[in-house]
Order: sequence, then C-alpha cells, then structure tokens
Amino acid sequence: MDIHKLQEIVHKTRDARRKQTLPKYAPAERDTLIKKYHPDFRESAYRPIAFGPNAGEKTVRELAALLEGNSVVPMDLDLTPQHACDVLVVGGGGAGCAAALHAQAQGAKVILATKLRLGDSNTVMAQGGMQIAVTNEDSPVTHFLDTLKGGHMKNDHDLLKVMVEEGPSIAKWLLSLGVLFDRDADGNLHVKKGGGSSKPRLLTASDYTGLEIMRVLKDEVLNQKIQLLEFSAAVELLSDGKGTCTGAVLRDLDNQRFFVVAAKTVILATGGIGRLHIQGFPTSNHFGATGDGLAMSYRMGAKLMHIDTFQYHPSGAVYPEQLIGALVTEGIRSEGGHLVNARGERFVNELDTRDVVSSSIIRECEEGRGIRTMSGRIGVWLDTPLLEAEQGEGTLNKHFPAMVRQYERFGINIAKDPVLIYPTLHYQNGGVKIDVNGESDVKNLFVAGEASGGLHGRNRLMGNSLLDLMVYGKRSGLTAAARAQSGSQGKLTMEHVMKFKDEAKKHHVSADVISPMLFPAYAKKE
Amino acid sequence: MADIDTQNMIDQEEVLRPKMVTVEIAGKKYDVPEGITVIKALWYAGQEVIRGIGCLGGFCGACATYYRTKDDAKVRTCLACQMAVQDGMSFSMVPPFPARKAIYNIAELKDPKQDLFALYPEAPLCRNCNACTEACPQTIDVREGVWRAVFGDFKAVSEMFMDCVMCGLCVPVCIADIAPNLVALYASRVQGAHFTEKPERLEHRIKEIADGKYRDEWARVMKMNEQELAKVCAELK
Repeated sequence: MDIHKLQEIVHKTRDARRKQTLPKYAPAERDTLIKKYHPDFRESAYRPIAFGPNAGEKTVRELAALLEGNSVVPMDLDLTPQHACDVLVVGGGGAGCAAALHAQAQGAKVILATKLRLGDSNTVMAQGGMQIAVTNEDSPVTHFLDTLKGGHMKNDHDLLKVMVEEGPSIAKWLLSLGVLFDRDADGNLHVKKGGGSSKPRLLTASDYTGLEIMRVLKDEVLNQKIQLLEFSAAVELLSDGKGTCTGAVLRDLDNQRFFVVAAKTVILATGGIGRLHIQGFPTSNHFGATGDGLAMSYRMGAKLMHIDTFQYHPSGAVYPEQLIGALVTEGIRSEGGHLVNARGERFVNELDTRDVVSSSIIRECEEGRGIRTMSGRIGVWLDTPLLEAEQGEGTLNKHFPAMVRQYERFGINIAKDPVLIYPTLHYQNGGVKIDVNGESDVKNLFVAGEASGGLHGRNRLMGNSLLDLMVYGKRSGLTAAARAQSGSQGKLTMEHVMKFKDEAKKHHVSADVISPMLFPAYAKKE
Repeated sequence: MADIDTQNMIDQEEVLRPKMVTVEIAGKKYDVPEGITVIKALWYAGQEVIRGIGCLGGFCGACATYYRTKDDAKVRTCLACQMAVQDGMSFSMVPPFPARKAIYNIAELKDPKQDLFALYPEAPLCRNCNACTEACPQTIDVREGVWRAVFGDFKAVSEMFMDCVMCGLCVPVCIADIAPNLVALYASRVQGAHFTEKPERLEHRIKEIADGKYRDEWARVMKMNEQELAKVCAELK
C-alpha cells in the first residue's frame, strides 16, 4: 500500500490521542513484558562461555565466540617496544579523550591509540543529552535512584554514586572547555526530561550533544599535543608474566605490521559491540563497535559482568532502506511524540525505560499490529507531526535539526509525516568489571565507558552514557597517571595469551575465530 | 493475521523492482543496487573502507565525498554514509586536507576575539567567493560564518556551526587558505568558555555536594537492602 495511505490513520487519530494519558507499567507488568518480548530473554541466542574468568556464564553466541577467540599476534613476535609511555589510552571516543586529557594534565606521558581517526566513536552520535542533577527540584540521590530503577536494581551502587555525585563538576569542566550546553533565559543550564527519569535532568546541545562534546574534546586533545596513533588497532595486551598489565601490541592498519607500546598503565576505552549484529539486529553503532576491549581484557584474566544484557534502542529507523538501523532520537518521545501501531493506537507510555518501550514495540509487531516494509522489516509509527501540532510549526526544525536533515535527504518531511521505527541494537549494558577508579581485576588495566560494566545494571538509563564516559574517563585517567608516576615499567610478555591458548585447546575450542574483530566484514568478496 | 500483514505493507519501489544502476567510483564503473548509500556502494563493489569511515550516522564527518550526477557538470559534496546512489553518478572520497590547526590554551586567552587574528591570520582575507558555503554538506552558510567570526560575533558563529561535522570540505576550496571549520570551532569554544554566563545553579550544586548536603540522605539510601530500595524506586514517578 502507498505509505501515505498507511500514515492516514496516524493523522486521523492524533487529536484523540492527545487527550489520552497512558500510565507506566507496574513493576510486575514490566517484568512479564520484558521476559516475554525483550531479545535478552531469547534463550536460543545465548550459550555458556567455555572457559576463562566468566566460564559457564551465558552470553550471546556472537560475543562468546570472540571471548574464546584466538590471538592474531604471532607468539614469537619481537616485543621490543617502539613507543613507551606512562598511560596508553586505547580508543578515541568520549571516554578515551577524557582519560587522555586528565592523565596528561597530571603530567603523565600519554599515548592515545585508535583504530580509526581521533573521535571515531558512538559518543559523536549521542543526541539525547547528558543526565546531571543540577536543578533545585532534583538531587544526585534522585539521579541515583532513577538509574537504579532503570537498571533493574542490578547497578553497582558505589560506581553509580560516584557518577551522579561527580556529574555537576564534569558539567563545569566541559563548560570551561567551551562546550555549549543549552541555557534557560536566566543563564542556567536548560534541562529536558528523559525516558525513565523522574526529573528533567538532560543537559543538551540541541540534538547534537555528543557531536558538540566530541568536537571540543578532540580539539583539546590536539591543543594539549597528546601523542596520537591513528589507524593503529590494539590487538593484544601485554603482561609482566605475573598478571599485571604492561602495554599492548598494536597493528598499523596501513601496512598490517605489529608494533609494541610499553605502558606503565593501559586504559581501554574501546566502546561497545553493535557491529557484531547480535541476533541479527541492525545497529545504531559506529563502524568500529566490535567489542575489542572485551576480548583483549578477557584473555588477560579480567572478569566481565552483565554481558548477557544489551540495550535495544526503541527507535531505530526501518524506512527508508538507507536509514535502517540509524537512530531516531529519544528526544522526540521526551517532547511528547507518540508511538502508534497500525490501528492508530498508542500502546505504551513513551517515556518508560528503553527496555520496556522496546519490548512493547516488539509485542505490537509480533501480534500483527505492526507495519511491514517490502524488504521484510516491520515497525510502528513515531508520530513526529504531533510535536508541530503541540508546539507550533517549525518546532522540529528548531529542536531536531539533525533528524530533519537525515530524513530530508530521502524526501521525507518529518514535520508532515510520521516515521517508521523498530528497536535497534544500541548499547552493551555490561562489560569489564571495574572499581570506582576504573581499574579492572587486572592490575594497571583500566577500562572506561561502554567497554566497562556494572554501572548501568541491566538497562542503561537514557543520558547516562555521556556522563559515564566523562566521569570514568576522568577517574581512570587520574588514577592511571598517579599509578604510573609511582611505578616502573614492567616486563613485556604474552605469557597470559599462551596460557589462554592452552585453555582453548583443553576445551576443544577452535583456533579459527580471531579476536579482536576490529571491523565488520561488509565488503562484498566473491 | 496474514490479512493485517499485507494490508499494512508499505510499497517500496526499490524492493518491488530491484534495479541496478551504473556508478563510477574514482573513475571505475560498477553496477550496484539503486538507492543504497555511497558507502554501501563501495562495499558492494568489494572495497574495504578504513580511511573515510566512522559513525555511519552522518555525525563524524569521516566520509567526505565529491560526487557528480549524470549529465551535470556541477561537482557536489556529500557524506558517503548519508547519500543514496543513482544511475550515472560518479564519486570519489576526499582524503583529509592538510589544514593548519592553531594550537592555543583556551583558559589563558586574554583577548580571544583579537587573538583570532594571531591564531588564524588568514581569517580576514576572505574574498567572498562563496565556495565554502557551496561545499558544505550540512548546508551551513560557511562564508557568512567566517565574516561573523572576523567581526567578533562569536555567538552567531557558534549557533550557525552547531551542525558542523568537521568533514573539512570547506577547506580545500578556499582561495584564501582559510580553514573555516577550524575558525568556527575556535569561535564556538571561545563563546562557550569566555562569553557565556556561568550557570549559578550549577555552582550552587557543586558547593552543596562538597559541603555534604546529601550526606545523610546517602547514608540512609546506601544502608537500604534491596527490598527497601525497590520500594523507594517504585515510588518515583
């Protein structure tokens, strides 16, 4: 059927829906809904990990294979270092830049290595904003409780308390670097309400919050003359043979040569796993989101946590084809946009947590109330024109310029027509277990940002990721710098990798899966 | 159920009649499905893309590309992850341009509007050719932005360039060797760091936390068992 015909029901039901209020689900209903429809509960997608620090625990098959994977580095590689530093930061996104800047400010010699360019990350795409409790009606404690509720009470309390309490000083730091957060008329920071939050707490830079932060941090990394190794992928960590991290083997992606960086401390800020396309989901993630840090730190003995739970962002584009997987910002729902099924009905409180909203969209589609595309996708409507009806013409263009532009390129005017969405693989809720200074179970190995786990519990609250990156980037940077200054460079060995290979053999795990994966194989080769 | 399913299906030309188109990638012809993005066309043609790829969402500016459509002499710009291919299109990705970025300490700038001319002495030499504006895939009025920066209207620059993904396509076209994106970034950062009000409420909150205003509440919450916490959380609206 013609798309405009199908959209008619959204236009027709708009006025009636505007009068409607939908309650949020009670805790018991939430649990039933999630268990029945959330992809985290699809048994067949999971299997136990055969060996290593998390042996016997279940995760998705795609990730289990990489965690048990084999090293790409020849075991007889000459480990004479080509570079030496106090702090090696792996990853050039928000957490990596924050870590590098704070470590360097302490006088540490820092190297920042990234497999693509400085700034390649998911951070740059973050549109919704950054949760920080700054208003009089709000407090860090309320922020803590909201996050805990969103995370199904599984969050590490200490990690979470530190994050919410350091939020305001992080905002101050970013402002001092020139980040332009939206303001109220009186000069105070403007806050928006995010899904799953009881108070408006999102600091934003229109719908370009991540881009604005990344532009500034990248520029500052250059101003501070931090040594960069771009197009250099970390492929193995090095240890002193007694379990302490002492550096890494990197691969120059231009000539494929391996080289060694001796580092008194290493900070992994390698991000998430969207490009593994777990369970066949499209993803909103950047090209390099392949879970490299998880695989490398697992081989070195770092314990992972909550790696059986992932966040499927409720609103990934499913139409047009070119935008599949791309994110439609949560801001639309924050500002009152409705989710509407093929019958013109709302079916969930749009501001419930991401896992609840995603599960309810999957329910509508599985029960035949979705809208199909001919390429085999299915979705529900997000009523964008409603925002224009509520807040006046031009609202979308003013508050969501990035999204307007994204659709305009394909001839779709979101001010006039609703858009079709379905959950998209968005975030790895868990990761490497860390303490409040970002240190993993492996001494001198720090992990910051999406690669780390525990803070977000089993479902990250919208807007908490940007804050996580900044707070734990900073804390790991400061701690690593202090550690490096009081310590000396340890031996460089791959003994832990050899032990891991033996374990793999013992458990009859094939040596053919190489990890880290670095990039998805999209180029058509036949 | 099946009924509902066919009823609620969107017609998609590209799926109804899958069509191949011929495009020219850096001078070589390939047949690729119509309507896929430029970056997907590169993959379809078997090319690995490492330089010139990033977020795939139109935000990171890594995939700056020149393209020309059939029978049109005009060479345009786009982000490869955001542009759909069409028959007869030619395109090439643009390698990073060796622009000079000024190094400065944002906190220590004494007279940042004047310092612009020391850091980027070429900024006032714009000859109004408008090539930068035409080159911008984000449709920013780049030329106007450069002039605003030169006249010290950093606020306007910061607003105009909020869309800027730093792809750098405005740089190689400038006949005065200005790097407009870098000039704009400088102006925007300065606007934020030096010419925007300090938010009072934020300062207040930082002080409250330092003074231990929440100490008792924390003590109460951190002592709660899971059941008590769940109850408190359930009460949040």
